[in-house]
Amino acid sequence: MDIATFQAYGYFFFTAFLVAVLYGYIYHLYSAQKKGTRDYEKYGNIALHDDITDQPIEEISKTDEIKK
Amino acid sequence: MENRPLEYDYTVAKWFMLSTIVLGIVGMLVGVILAWEMAFPAVNTIAGEGLAEYTNFSRLRPLHTDAVIFGFTLSGIFSTWYYIGQRVLKVSMAESKFLMFLGKLHFALYLLVVVAVVGSLLLGITTSKEYAEFEWPIDIAVVVVWVTWGMGIFGLIGIRREKSLYISIWYYIATFLGIAMLYLFNNMEIPTYFASGGIGAWYHSVSMYSGTNDALVQWWYGHNAVAFGFTVPIVAMIYYFLPKESGQAVYSYKLSLLAFWGLMFVYLWAGGHHLLFSTVPDWMQTMGSVFSVVLILPSWGSAINMLLTMKGEWQQVAASPLIKFMVLASTFYMFSTLEGPIQAIKSVNALAHFTDWIVGHVHDGTLGWVGFMIMAALFHMAPRIFKREIYSKSLMGTQFWIQTLGVVLYFTSMWIAGITQGMMWRAHDEFGNLAYSFIDTVAVLQPYFTIRAVGGTLYLVGMFLFAYNMYKTMTSSRRVEESELQNASPMGA
Repeated sequence: MDIATFQAYGYFFFTAFLVAVLYGYIYHLYSAQKKGTRDYEKYGNIALHDDITDQPIEEISKTDEIKK
Repeated sequence: MENRPLEYDYTVAKWFMLSTIVLGIVGMLVGVILAWEMAFPAVNTIAGEGLAEYTNFSRLRPLHTDAVIFGFTLSGIFSTWYYIGQRVLKVSMAESKFLMFLGKLHFALYLLVVVAVVGSLLLGITTSKEYAEFEWPIDIAVVVVWVTWGMGIFGLIGIRREKSLYISIWYYIATFLGIAMLYLFNNMEIPTYFASGGIGAWYHSVSMYSGTNDALVQWWYGHNAVAFGFTVPIVAMIYYFLPKESGQAVYSYKLSLLAFWGLMFVYLWAGGHHLLFSTVPDWMQTMGSVFSVVLILPSWGSAINMLLTMKGEWQQVAASPLIKFMVLASTFYMFSTLEGPIQAIKSVNALAHFTDWIVGHVHDGTLGWVGFMIMAALFHMAPRIFKREIYSKSLMGTQFWIQTLGVVLYFTSMWIAGITQGMMWRAHDEFGNLAYSFIDTVAVLQPYFTIRAVGGTLYLVGMFLFAYNMYKTMTSSRRVEESELQNASPMGA
């Protein structure tokens, strides 16, 4: 197999892999929302409640601070 | 020390707001002069034969494109970043002296680059690569400006209170990374003076790539400069400003994430459509074509998400000229992201390539989508930054209709001109002799060039109305309280 053929196969399978990842991500988004493991829609409120005195939608917790 | 409540600091946003307006007027004014030069060639020497060197089409053209791309649009992107970034991360620039210094340095360096670019282009100093005309010393300065911005972005993210990054932030990060990668690779160049041991001008350079490779890198850059300059950051703006102004959270946050990754995945492969029927490998042309068509999906994902955000709230479109700007911007985004893929289909491209239809396509995207969205963003920010209401709602409405008419005249004339041009170029008699010479097409197209110039002039008139409205908003409009600034922007009659 010459290098060009190898590149072509590589390119094709890499693209197919990325497509699978993208579809996997779609599945993850909607199933996580449905199962209630994560509510993605609440993040839309970040734009609406954006005064500096507003409570963050998801605050950086103390444990996050410690991890840093 | 005075104990004042913490507030967002919009100093840098305000400065970039001013440069957006000034450079927008400069870039569009040059564009209008060019349009009249196309329609009436005598305009090329309007300032006299002696100054013809500076006023002719080829000298001014890069000044137009670079002023609207790297002047107007980029300033708008920076201005909105320094506004949106603080708000959705819930952290003020005033909280970090270092970030504030970086922001101010960013603006100062940016202005220096603007001066260098305008000067060098007017003097005819250029690398001759479209949208990448700057010579190597300016390229290095651009990289410094960009890195300064990047440090500001990640610095602000680093001290945020809001854990999740709002979708707009993702788009700004993509803008930063995308342009950084594209700019570096396309501007790889060899300073000829140093490489040759002292021949020619010290600032001159040639591309490191040659022939087909140069074309490929150039259009990978050129097309993705549209992606990461005209699409990604403008989507960042609409994802923030439309929900905020209308008081409606984005229709589907999941769709916004999905459209983001879809756009990132697909856009980078589509640049090959600029080289259809050229000397690049056929498979690459096909790939450019296919990815361009697929690009409709993530583009429409965002645009439909925006229109659905207005679901049940369409009375706001009638009531607020600011919402009108954004909804029309979103509609033009859908329109130009459908038109682009159509033009990238090989059989369509065989007719459209090199014609004015392409110019029309670029302008319905830039005038209708980019221009409208940036102006809407500035209108929304102004009352919050200056604590004054928008000076005149009716002036805003007038501007909207004048500019919309301008855009429609622009793209319809270019459609007709482009398709006529394409048909005439390929027409031949039964023996295969071409039916028309080039000048035959020019004579037929002249009326459409005039209509285009009228359209462009209308858009520029709207730009002056915008500048006046913003000036009055900054200086003499009614002062407003914080409580009036929650959602819909306060506007005077």
